[in-house]
Amino acid sequence: MSTIIYVPSDSAAISIGADQVAALIAQEAIKRSLDVTIIRNGTRGALWLETLVEVVTPQGRIAYGPVQPEDVSSLYESDFLLGGAHPLALGATDEIAWFAGQDRVTYKRVGIIDPLSLQDYESHGGLVGLRKAITQSGSEIVAEVTASGLRGRGGAGFPAGIKWKTVLDTQADQKYVCCNADEGDSGTFADRILIEADPFTLIEGMTIAAVAVGATEGFVYLRSEYPTAITRLRDAIEIAKSAGVLGSSVLGSAHAFNLEVRVGAGSYVCGEETAMLESLEGKRGVVRSKPPLPAIAGLFGKPTIINNVITLASVPAILADGAAAYAARGTGRSLGTQVFQLAGNIARGGIIETAFGITLETLVKTFGGGTLSGKPLRAIQIGGPLGAYFNSSQLNVSMDYESLAAAGGMLGHGGVVLFDDNVDLAQQAKFAMEFCALESCGKCTPCRLGSTRGAETIEKIISGVDVPANKLLLLDLCEVMTDGSLCAMGGLTPLPVKSAMNNFPEDFTGGAKK
Amino acid sequence: MTMLIEPDFGTPVSKKNENVTVEIDGKSVTVPAETSIMRAAAMLGNNIPKLCATDRLKAFGSCRLCVVEIDGRNGTPSSCTTPVTEGMKVSTTTDRVQKIRRGVMELYMSDHPAVCETGDECKMHSMAKEVGLTEVRYEGKTHLGLVKDETNPYFTFDSTECIVCNRCVRACDEVQGTFALTIENRGFEARVSSSGTSFIDSECVSCGACVQACPTGALTEKTLLTIGTPTRSVITTCAYCGVGCSFKAEMRGDELVRMVPLKDGGANAGHSCVKGRFAWGYATHDDRITKPLIREKITDEWREVSFEEAIAFAAAGLKKIQAESGVDSIGGITSSRCTNEEVFVVQKMVRAAFGNNNVDTCARVCHSPTGYGLNQTFGTSAGTQDFESVEFSDVIMVIGANPAAAHPVFNSRMKQAIRRGAKLIVVDPRVTETVKSAHIEADYHLQLLPGTNVAVINALAHVVATEGLINREFVNARCDLEAFAEWERFISLEENSPETLEAASGVPAAKIREAARLFASVPNGAIYYGLGVTEHSQGSTMVMGIANLAMATGNIGRKGVGVNPLRGQNNVQGSCDMGSFPHELPGYRHISRDDVREIFNKKWGVTLRPEPGLRIPNMFDSALGHKFRGLYVQGEDIAQSDPNITHVHAALRSMDMVIVQDLFLNETSKFAHVFLPGTSFLEKDGTFTNAERRINRVRPVMPSKTGKSEYEVTCDLSRAMGYDMSYAQASEIMDEIAATTPTFSGVSFEHLDRMGSLQWPVNDKAPDGTPTMHINEFVRGEGKFMPTPYVATLEKSTRKFPLLLTTGRILSQYNVGAQTRRTANNIWHSEDILDIHESDAEMRGIKDGSWVKLSSRVGETIMHARITDSVPAGVVYTTFHFPESGANVITTDYSDWATNCPEYKVTAVEISPSEKGPAVIHPHEIAGDSQLDSIIRMANQIAANVPKATAPEIEVAHHIVQFWTPEMRERLHADVDRSKLDPIVLKAMELESVK
Repeated sequence: MSTIIYVPSDSAAISIGADQVAALIAQEAIKRSLDVTIIRNGTRGALWLETLVEVVTPQGRIAYGPVQPEDVSSLYESDFLLGGAHPLALGATDEIAWFAGQDRVTYKRVGIIDPLSLQDYESHGGLVGLRKAITQSGSEIVAEVTASGLRGRGGAGFPAGIKWKTVLDTQADQKYVCCNADEGDSGTFADRILIEADPFTLIEGMTIAAVAVGATEGFVYLRSEYPTAITRLRDAIEIAKSAGVLGSSVLGSAHAFNLEVRVGAGSYVCGEETAMLESLEGKRGVVRSKPPLPAIAGLFGKPTIINNVITLASVPAILADGAAAYAARGTGRSLGTQVFQLAGNIARGGIIETAFGITLETLVKTFGGGTLSGKPLRAIQIGGPLGAYFNSSQLNVSMDYESLAAAGGMLGHGGVVLFDDNVDLAQQAKFAMEFCALESCGKCTPCRLGSTRGAETIEKIISGVDVPANKLLLLDLCEVMTDGSLCAMGGLTPLPVKSAMNNFPEDFTGGAKK
Repeated sequence: MTMLIEPDFGTPVSKKNENVTVEIDGKSVTVPAETSIMRAAAMLGNNIPKLCATDRLKAFGSCRLCVVEIDGRNGTPSSCTTPVTEGMKVSTTTDRVQKIRRGVMELYMSDHPAVCETGDECKMHSMAKEVGLTEVRYEGKTHLGLVKDETNPYFTFDSTECIVCNRCVRACDEVQGTFALTIENRGFEARVSSSGTSFIDSECVSCGACVQACPTGALTEKTLLTIGTPTRSVITTCAYCGVGCSFKAEMRGDELVRMVPLKDGGANAGHSCVKGRFAWGYATHDDRITKPLIREKITDEWREVSFEEAIAFAAAGLKKIQAESGVDSIGGITSSRCTNEEVFVVQKMVRAAFGNNNVDTCARVCHSPTGYGLNQTFGTSAGTQDFESVEFSDVIMVIGANPAAAHPVFNSRMKQAIRRGAKLIVVDPRVTETVKSAHIEADYHLQLLPGTNVAVINALAHVVATEGLINREFVNARCDLEAFAEWERFISLEENSPETLEAASGVPAAKIREAARLFASVPNGAIYYGLGVTEHSQGSTMVMGIANLAMATGNIGRKGVGVNPLRGQNNVQGSCDMGSFPHELPGYRHISRDDVREIFNKKWGVTLRPEPGLRIPNMFDSALGHKFRGLYVQGEDIAQSDPNITHVHAALRSMDMVIVQDLFLNETSKFAHVFLPGTSFLEKDGTFTNAERRINRVRPVMPSKTGKSEYEVTCDLSRAMGYDMSYAQASEIMDEIAATTPTFSGVSFEHLDRMGSLQWPVNDKAPDGTPTMHINEFVRGEGKFMPTPYVATLEKSTRKFPLLLTTGRILSQYNVGAQTRRTANNIWHSEDILDIHESDAEMRGIKDGSWVKLSSRVGETIMHARITDSVPAGVVYTTFHFPESGANVITTDYSDWATNCPEYKVTAVEISPSEKGPAVIHPHEIAGDSQLDSIIRMANQIAANVPKATAPEIEVAHHIVQFWTPEMRERLHADVDRSKLDPIVLKAMELESVK
């Protein structure tokens, strides 16, 4: 009997040698006349354990990691096919505390299944939600999603059900579902991991959305920097088409839904939903004014659902298990689970899916294990390059939309980036402005000119030129950008700047910090 | 006199019917739903600061100056992009928004010149002051070192003054539809770009929309920099094509600084093209002749004289001719370039002072078949719609027209409709810019062989008739059912099926069927056509075929439908309306009608003759027989523009008194004895009537360079001829037109000044004009279907002349080029070029850019060749803008059977490589009695084209009586070899009336 071995085909794992590990395991098996079947799953999310090799044994899946290519022969020596002891042995994967402490709902199949096996997908609960959806009316599905409390996981946190209802209620000859997979925030990778590990979940989620509102065409706007995800999702779409999940009759129903991957061209602002629509239409990725809302006049002027990958991928579970089960998780108005991404200077980076309400401290210490460098933790940026910097005295903040907002930050796409005490927050503030200057679409004045003026002004503060006057000017500028910008790009750039000034005032006194 | 500053409401008007009431800064205003807060505020007189917003363009929301606060809402939304909702309370001047505005302006001014070259033209400094910005605290990198793009002859692009508001880019997209401009790069580096190249090398068509849209001095007319800021403006009308755009002529003293399209312009709604916007320099060109010239013989030198002497000389010459050769030996030609008033006076002079009906107009050679065809079917000789109508069309069929080149401002409007989803069918032998351009491609391009229009329109109608697509409800309610039944029987014949006609037209039958189904299937189908319809031996038949199709599909009498001739010249419609045709008095009333003549007899104190006079080609024929000897030519260069120039030149040479009234010495003046200097449109006082029957005011923006109005000179000549005629001012002429012409009865300068413009009919039933005609009934009562048998033109490709030449215009030049050749427009097109398909070129050893000889049976010329796939194999194409190339040396004297409109669009030619430069090779000789030849050809052509069903000889006889002069009828009987005549003609000649 052949032994099944899982070796991730995740981009991050591959970048540190997963392909070689897989190849060596296969070669070694031949050499040793052992019968093994290697399944390239996605990552289970513990990037700090990659390459995480799992062996299916009668005791379940036993983990070894992080496995380097040179470890392969010793694994065989240790009878890892039977779950034998080895310095890299981690025991049953599910029992590793880092996994056991999570609440995987949306990502429950991530890393578990063969990403392109529809059979595997179904045997792990896939398509249950969609099968239920095609028996329901559009408004029933929308009601279910609304009741779940699901909010947009792209950053804005807008209730998905309300958005869907607007699309459902808008009469049109054509409607669209667009998935925003232009995951450009620094320190985020959840979208990529899901698409690489469990693409059918996204396909199912989008199809449910399409069935709910009567859309027949869908697009996934996927960033060009994710070549593996692009290929995998396209392959999965083809498989789903052949299996009748997509196409003119979704699972034999009267609903038609066609799905296509469109590759972004390397612009951060195209992750802003209206710029994404422009880009999908083949135009420059420039932000549109709202109104009209995309839900009323979106892609090619038609009603369009635009949601992030995680939002849409959460829908199958909500339909399958019911809104109540999802809404039972979380806190206040932040219901369900959030997929946090731990990155930066962190000991145990990766994705943590838990219910909202976990503290920042639990995230970065219990799960993350503090800084990788071992030096004191000084700053944490939450929510991507436009998110706020927190200092080490703010670790008790609850990780949910409202609490973070109250603390002067935002959840964004769930990225959590750690910095040790080497960080200079004035430089980080300047970087925020420079990032905005580089990525601004150039449409509105506060963002187009303000970002460059902001970086110049912070440089003057750093250089000790007229520090009080320039700080005042910087605050005035932040106000113009916050209140005056057309979209969140210019509107939120002041968030890291002002949080850095507020939470790390000592870095803004002019002159070098150290 | 002052500058007219048109109000800018910031965003376009909402077309919603429901109203909402909102409160802005405590004041209540009721506006259509979906109106922007900005516009609603502007209606209260509250002009919220703005830079990127203008009411010609969709709201964009980029400058962020117009932010406001709304009760109960977070944030500071931009008022341009936020629509009002019922009960909304808006504050536009809170401290918070004032601070944002100052902050935004501080950012702007940190990257803007401290002093702008264009002064107040750049709104930035005044806006900074308006929002209270006193200091710019930023210092950093700027764009102030960027180099100006001065490659366009008419405007400059100075990126240092650019604020990247996108107004130019949006204007190029939304108004013009060319997409020549874009923003390059992003963030701070975002700059307006003519798509990576200089303006002159870009796809820019110099329409000027971007320059007009620019709120700073970044895009500026060069004249603004060289002449200075204008101090006064006068609203007037462009003198180029039949779109008839309204402009503000912005003046500094008596010098024209720039022409700015009027947002309120009925025809153009604020848009323009390169000709009207920029190519007006000819009007004050040094070539202008401003003093009268005379000479005894055309070989003599010109002699500059006073108006008195010139008029006396001309009158004496004309009187002498009449004394020697009879009253009918002289005549006049009116110009479609002149005002209605000037044209009216010339035809009045001919009829009243010359005492005959030998008056014709240059419309003879362009849209006379429109007059005939629409009169027969609908009862009046004009397009049925206004231009705005195209915005309501579901399918637009463009036949034999290339509005992208010839009617650019209408084309922009049409393209907007197409981009909003209207379907496009184009019938044209060439792949024109109308067939395919940025974001536009015709759904069906019916690429027919030149000369086969009627085959195509019949095939389309056949499909409608035989596939059950006729709109019976419309036909039964609105049309003459007897004529319809006859037409339906005729059009359903197999001879009219797409399959049968495919061989003639070259258009695949399946494509015709699909196009016909599309046209018949939509709520609103509109047909627009140009000279590619009229300038054929079956021009009139084709116009009637178009009218038939429109009636059969019920596409008449409301917005979005109709039959619309795109007029070539500014006042073709008007010159026809003014009684310029030899058989018609003003208002398209036949000269034989006693009641109509009586009106004029009374008013003018004369006795008008009841028979039609000579048409232009008849004048030439008659001149060659030395019977027609004197001609007054108002603003038309017949020696360049008329077909078979050799024949025209010979005719002119044989005359004894040719009087030319024009701006410049031209080809025709080479044959003239008197040159009367004319006035440019900038000096004229009067009206032009455009293709939508819109009467627009033409106002003098500068004094006449000749010291006289053109109509005064005509009156002087009339008086010298013995008929007293004078007007103290142009408005008196319009009053006379109104008093004698029912369709104009409500028109006066006062009414026009009040309304801006009026579309005739303007009368008691429609006191403020008629945008859409034939709404409840046709002018003639019931719409009349006319059978339209397809008769192939006599002009056929042969072994000797195997290719078919068709001619047309391009965007930057205009007709014979008298105006545009005297402007910087030559930068785009400095010579006529022969377009030839690769396979035809290869067969003849012709290379791209090489000289070729172009010959037809009547003449030869030489020009450069361009190998292109815009013409199919077997067809070649050229323009006729330059006298050097003399394209009309080649064109023949074949013409429309009903109106003698020349068949410019089909000439059998051969092309061969040539060594020589661009000189016109001597044309072929003329021999024989050309008048007799014309009479035989015309008579036989009429017989071939009239419907054959019942007694065709009666139709032929009727036609001859209506349109031929008594002399021509006499020659038909007396001089023609009867064996050369069609039996139907012979039978017609038996009828009493013809004798």
